[in-house]
Amino acid sequence: MTKPIRAAKRMGDPGGLLGLFAIAYLLFLYIPVLFLPVFSFNDSIFVAFPLKGFTTKWYEQAFADDDMLRALTASLQVGAVASIVATILGLLGAKAVTRYQMPGQSLVTGTIMLPLFIPEIILGIALLILINALSIPLSLFSIAIGHIMLCTPFAMAVLTSRLDGFDKSLEEASMDLGETPWMTFWRVTFPLVLPGIVSSMLLSFIVSFDEFLLSFFLQGQQPTLPVFIWSQLRFPNKLPSVLALGAVILIVSCLLVVLAEWVRQLGTDERKVGVA
Amino acid sequence: MADNIIRIENVTKQFAGGVKAVDNANFNIERGEFFSLLGPSGCGKTTLLRMIAGFEFPTNGEIYIDGQPSALIPSYKRPTNMVFQSYAIFPHLNVFDNIAYGLRKDRLSNRELTRRVNEALEMIKLTGFGSRRGDQLSGGQRQRVALARALIKRPKVLLLDEPLGALDKKLREEMQIELRQLQREVGITFVFVTHDQEEALSMSDRIAVMGKGVVLQIAGPKDLYEAPNSVEVASFIGNINLIDATVRAINGGEATLEGPGFGQFKAPAIDGLKAGQKITAAIRPEKLSLTASRPSGTHVEGTIKASAYLGDRSHFHVHIKGRETPLSVAAQNVDRAMTTGFDPARAVYVSWDPRSLILLKS
Amino acid sequence: MTASSAPGFADRLRAFYLRSDAAKGYALLSPVMITMVVLLAAPLVMLILYSFWTQSGLSVDTTLTTARYQEVLGKQSYHDIFWRTIGTSSLVTLVTVGLAYPMAYYVAFGVKKYKFVWLILLTIPFWTSYLLRAFSWKVILGFNGVINSGLISAGLITEPLEFLLYNQSAVVITLAHAYAAFAILPIYVSLEKIDRTLLEAAADLGDSAWARFWRITFPLSLPGVLGAAVLIFVPTTGDYVTPQLVGGPTGQMIAYSIQVLFLKINDWPLGAALAMSAMAAVGILVVLFVTAMQLAVRQIR
Repeated sequence: MTKPIRAAKRMGDPGGLLGLFAIAYLLFLYIPVLFLPVFSFNDSIFVAFPLKGFTTKWYEQAFADDDMLRALTASLQVGAVASIVATILGLLGAKAVTRYQMPGQSLVTGTIMLPLFIPEIILGIALLILINALSIPLSLFSIAIGHIMLCTPFAMAVLTSRLDGFDKSLEEASMDLGETPWMTFWRVTFPLVLPGIVSSMLLSFIVSFDEFLLSFFLQGQQPTLPVFIWSQLRFPNKLPSVLALGAVILIVSCLLVVLAEWVRQLGTDERKVGVA
Repeated sequence: MADNIIRIENVTKQFAGGVKAVDNANFNIERGEFFSLLGPSGCGKTTLLRMIAGFEFPTNGEIYIDGQPSALIPSYKRPTNMVFQSYAIFPHLNVFDNIAYGLRKDRLSNRELTRRVNEALEMIKLTGFGSRRGDQLSGGQRQRVALARALIKRPKVLLLDEPLGALDKKLREEMQIELRQLQREVGITFVFVTHDQEEALSMSDRIAVMGKGVVLQIAGPKDLYEAPNSVEVASFIGNINLIDATVRAINGGEATLEGPGFGQFKAPAIDGLKAGQKITAAIRPEKLSLTASRPSGTHVEGTIKASAYLGDRSHFHVHIKGRETPLSVAAQNVDRAMTTGFDPARAVYVSWDPRSLILLKS
Repeated sequence: MTASSAPGFADRLRAFYLRSDAAKGYALLSPVMITMVVLLAAPLVMLILYSFWTQSGLSVDTTLTTARYQEVLGKQSYHDIFWRTIGTSSLVTLVTVGLAYPMAYYVAFGVKKYKFVWLILLTIPFWTSYLLRAFSWKVILGFNGVINSGLISAGLITEPLEFLLYNQSAVVITLAHAYAAFAILPIYVSLEKIDRTLLEAAADLGDSAWARFWRITFPLSLPGVLGAAVLIFVPTTGDYVTPQLVGGPTGQMIAYSIQVLFLKINDWPLGAALAMSAMAAVGILVVLFVTAMQLAVRQIR
């Protein structure tokens, strides 16, 4: 007799077998990545079983390398510039598409999202041609230009989802109470969108920090960290310190992603108050 | 010339795509009155209100606020303040800061600011709620915070966009009385948008009835109900029976008409009436009476098709021979045994005072 | 504000701006629009132009010619590497979407609590360094890598398995791992959107669980599946890192040829023509695939 009720409650429920699959899938996603930190502590030049013993010398070696530190600084600089510029552009753009009705809007947003659908190699050579045509020397600046282009769609997507459903009467109320559009932005919009801005900056930073191919095409004398790592892969004796470096990068980016997601969730309940 | 705080001259608002939300509106709002914009959703009343507030701008025409043309004045420089339908309580600020929002740029001393906000809190009976956040307030409290936040700016005109729509029925009725009282106390012009005709009738000095972007009639509540100027207004405000009729004769202030099911009947004449003209005669359900025995005055015979008992009154649908739509009749249940005589299918008599009929050109 | 009877140009402009949503919208949108036109649209147009030019020594002859395309189409090695690229990307797409669908289904229909934790767990790898993830597969699959050394020290094999690394299947595994999040999110979104009462209605009309899936859930999730497929197929056809790290001679893909033409041989026009031909062919294949899938699903009644 209880069967119809259960059937209705569990409509579409896949049952336990799929749960096992899901766990296996997560293992497939995470285990390969976990080998980096595991072997970064292994006291052997070879990345192979059996593990030889615990050591932190690869970390010491990695962080004693001046070239690595210069590449790290370069990546941090490029990441900071790209994430700030992309977030400002994305914020203005997201504001425009969520607040106003414009003819040709979908064409414009489509163009902005296009880099997500184009193979990076194409973006790389196209930007190389542009940088060459503008006679900009290949440098960290040219890399930053490429990263801004790459990060903007991410920033725009994060901020559009944040601003979507933003009760526009909040801004109207502020203007109605005598604030200019500029002050309205600072007193109402900005505080409410702040979590989205932080999230967008973090995610753009990660995208830029991890980006290899564009940097590879647009690099000058000073490589970014991923380009530096790429150049180290040719030397087998550098492998353990690359593992150490990789492990640090992976863990830091995981933390940043979780932070970004947490910040993004943070404000969503609060925002709904205005709509309710 | 009357003291008009708002003059709306030939205002048309056309949205992208060609829809005319407001079509050539022309009217004035007097200083200190409680003015309502009434109409079904999509009739343009909110667009009109938002144009006064400065959130939309007319495609044609001009709105004068206190004598000033407003086309170039953005919302933040207008002497109007608004209570939003969603209340738009800033979620990142508490009640105190919400109410103080519009005062911050006036560079008041801290003491003066606190004094005025506390005064406002007292006015809306929320003393001690200053540190609450928006999400800790009930719908009625949020509505009052929105009201205080707008009134503390001492606007020349307060605009209210369906401010009671989100409240439940009982609270809404309380707030109607409170709002009306408040308006009398502060003496500020209120422009009130609503789709609820009873709300508009009970609160307003004057009401503009809108339909499909057009202002159909502007009048006081009583005139709007008793003397609507068109079939649209008559049927939007309350219930009404419409009788298609032909004018047979006009005799001074009295017209003789003929309509299907009614034969010949009399009604007060209106200007420009000619014999032979087609016209609609209208009468409110409560102005018809139902009797089991033949009455002496004007009447028609019919049978009861359906009845609904509503406690204080009953509604009947009475079928009249020769007429398609049944007549709607409302009767106050003054006697406990009142309705017992009127069972379905029973033959009855519907009678009325000829002066209760309204003639409407269509 | 202005009492003058004939409003000046500035006033009229101001009135237009206040009145027009589109003007305000485009004013806000213009910085990002201009950036993307300069950094994306213009370079792509220049890339197309380049493909019709000729490299002569260190300079470029800008006379328009289709000679580069003829060169690309006439060279068998480009045909080979192009079709290998398509084959690899198709396999990657198939594997990734095939694995991601049940995963997304589980999160959409099976997970009741902490859905967002699952979603974050599934998206974290997407944000972590792609280079490092490809690199870890090199470490795992290598001749002296994790799998081989692990199997040897467990005593299961005596000689390292050579077929693990430097071939197409290594490329497929690595890319399928790298693009997992691209597949899960669109599929999840389209599954999550499905109104659960549709399934109840189908059950009410006599469908079994399998029939409900096949007749309701799957067709309604198709936009997500197609989106995921395109989002994986197109970028992987241009992948450079993975074939370089784990592909070996038989796992090479077209991005390598393009990179060589641009950075080593310095024949940009030929590189541009190769890139454009590949992109055009990929575009045509995608349109054909999406159309075919939509027609196929329309057969489900």
